[in-house]
Amino acid sequence: MVQAPERSVTAQLTDDTRLDDGGMPQKSLVEAIHDTLLEEMRADDRIVTLGEDVGRRGGVFRVTAGFLEEFGEDRVLDTPLAESGIIGTAIGMALNGLRPVAEIQFLDFIHPAMDQIMNEAARIRYRSNNDFSCPMVIRAPFGGGVHGALYHSQSIEAVFVHTPGLKVVAPATPADAKGLLRAAIRDEDPVLFLEHKKMYRLIKGPVPEGDHDVPLGQARIAQDGTDATIVTYGMMVHEAQKAAAEVAQETGASIEVIDLRSLKPLDEWTIVESVKKTAKALVVTEANGLCSVASEVAALIGEAAFAYLDAPVMRVTAPDVPATPYSPPLEQAFMVDAEKIGAALRRLIAY
Amino acid sequence: MATEIKRPSTGAIQGAFHDGTTPRTGPDSIHPPLDHVDVGAGTISATVAPPSVGDEGLPHETLREMYRLVALARAVDERMWQVNRAGRAPFAVSGQGHEAAQIGAAFALDRSKDIVLPYYRDLALSLAFGLTASDLMMSVLAKAGDPASGARQMPAHYGSARLRIVTASSPVSTQLPHATGTAYAAKLRGTGQVSLACFGEGGSSKGDFHEACNFAGIHKLPVIFFCENNRYAISVPQNLQMAIDNVADRAAGYGFPGVVVDGTDLLAVHQVVKAAADRARRGEGPTLVEAKVYRFTPHTSDDDDRTYRSPEEVKAWRARDPLALFEARLREVGALDDETLTEIKGRIKSEVNEATEAAEQAPFPDPTTFDRHVYAER
Repeated sequence: MVQAPERSVTAQLTDDTRLDDGGMPQKSLVEAIHDTLLEEMRADDRIVTLGEDVGRRGGVFRVTAGFLEEFGEDRVLDTPLAESGIIGTAIGMALNGLRPVAEIQFLDFIHPAMDQIMNEAARIRYRSNNDFSCPMVIRAPFGGGVHGALYHSQSIEAVFVHTPGLKVVAPATPADAKGLLRAAIRDEDPVLFLEHKKMYRLIKGPVPEGDHDVPLGQARIAQDGTDATIVTYGMMVHEAQKAAAEVAQETGASIEVIDLRSLKPLDEWTIVESVKKTAKALVVTEANGLCSVASEVAALIGEAAFAYLDAPVMRVTAPDVPATPYSPPLEQAFMVDAEKIGAALRRLIAY
Repeated sequence: MATEIKRPSTGAIQGAFHDGTTPRTGPDSIHPPLDHVDVGAGTISATVAPPSVGDEGLPHETLREMYRLVALARAVDERMWQVNRAGRAPFAVSGQGHEAAQIGAAFALDRSKDIVLPYYRDLALSLAFGLTASDLMMSVLAKAGDPASGARQMPAHYGSARLRIVTASSPVSTQLPHATGTAYAAKLRGTGQVSLACFGEGGSSKGDFHEACNFAGIHKLPVIFFCENNRYAISVPQNLQMAIDNVADRAAGYGFPGVVVDGTDLLAVHQVVKAAADRARRGEGPTLVEAKVYRFTPHTSDDDDRTYRSPEEVKAWRARDPLALFEARLREVGALDDETLTEIKGRIKSEVNEATEAAEQAPFPDPTTFDRHVYAER
């Protein structure tokens, strides 16, 4: 059952993406995350950040560049190279009054910490019947297209979405990165904050100054349309918009693109309302397709908007192959991109 | 344009690891020597604490309170098994044989502010930190009044935010990095708290043990890693768990002291943990304390320990029951006499009976609450 949210966010957030950029600083995704975490740590001395290379090196992607100098070793911890220890220690910090922001250097390396994330962080509130909570953020770069091969490209977000007790976000714009990181840090539960590494420096955009908040669980209409809906997140929002522009030019079709932003909780209302309007849905993820976020969104549309559909729900996902290969032709064959999305979109429009 | 679905090929999956014909092999029955604590001839890095003598300068009132808690823990533990065997509780897991080590450790801490991260054998420790017999029976009988989880978790997954008993899960040793984290927070916030995390010798095989000790050693954190070595991880004896005699030897690899202590000697444990707590509060860092104990019961109510250890072995260890040893010690130093003992035992009996009665009468959780508190509710 899809419940209407208390207030309609669609209009507001659509406006947000079309703000006059005048006066607003343009930032890359990595700059937006850096600046936001910096501001948050300045405002709240309970926040500590820990992870491999986050101190002296300022993070391998430079997200925490300059933090050690400003906040000192007590609040910016270069940890031993041990992911379970990083997350387990962060959980203990959260249990005793701190607000840890842990960095896992690549999402591909998070597996040793799965016990701590799934059995501990996610379940602490439930298992203690609300006596304990675990307010912490886990930041991790994810996604492919950077020649990172099997172990620097993974998109395994579905595993976390499948775990009750966790929240999962994946911003597609620098402004949303700011708003969502602020919300994640202020949240009373553990949040996995996914940063698409290809977007770090590629994607730039206006970032509002001051208190810019994006609530967890609210999608963004990246572009309005009436003939088909693409639902996606992360880097694929940009690929989808590119595909949508090409198809629109060819066919005159008007394509709506929904950027989920928040994978858990999922903004079911915005997805379903859009599909009711357009009657056609294409769900896109660069993750493996089986039991993915795209599967869930497709199932949701099937359950909640079946009668409105003029075509089967379609998906474009990575194939059931263990991950992105290294060699560029292999990588390209594996990766979802605007071309593959466009091909599916044309079939959907023609249906 | 519907997606084409191919018919799958049929045929069973063949695999060398799926034929089930490989016989399982197990160790021969292990009969460890009983001559006090065997601290290992081949290893040298851990300090071995001497046996305690006298009353260690503790007020008799404190000694009696320690005794009361050891005896109360034993009585609650035995009652848990009784209600399980009577079919009124689905599950029991206990700490019989560990009680003196736990009470010795608990009394070495500041129970008004320190933090403990127990595992499932820490019934006595949890009582010492403020849980009651009634709390525990609520948990055993799966009643809403279980303070640890509202009967969401199995019994013996202790926890109370108010009492600074950190909520426990079932996977072993996950609490050790948490202790590193609570200790880090205590140090950063200047709270003066010491964290004490408990685990078995089996738990010391987990990576989380290493990762927690390593991190804590680097930052000289106020944390005590308290190993209750009872020689068996369910059925697996220590010699198949590790190639060393003392878990405490591992401390050398993390840059802090490891101390082996006879876990049936409450006052010896108290002394060792007190020294560790003082060290932690002075900012000198962690200590790994290994208390050698013996588990008198099967692993849980679903286990049968006759399949892996002999009744003679258990009987021999029961001759060194820490409850009886402590009682004898307190008589020796004049802290207990027949009259006081009768009074304490009488009080415990009523307390456990009342706790059982209260838990029997108490309501189960409301089934409509099963999906509450997955996330913070606004």
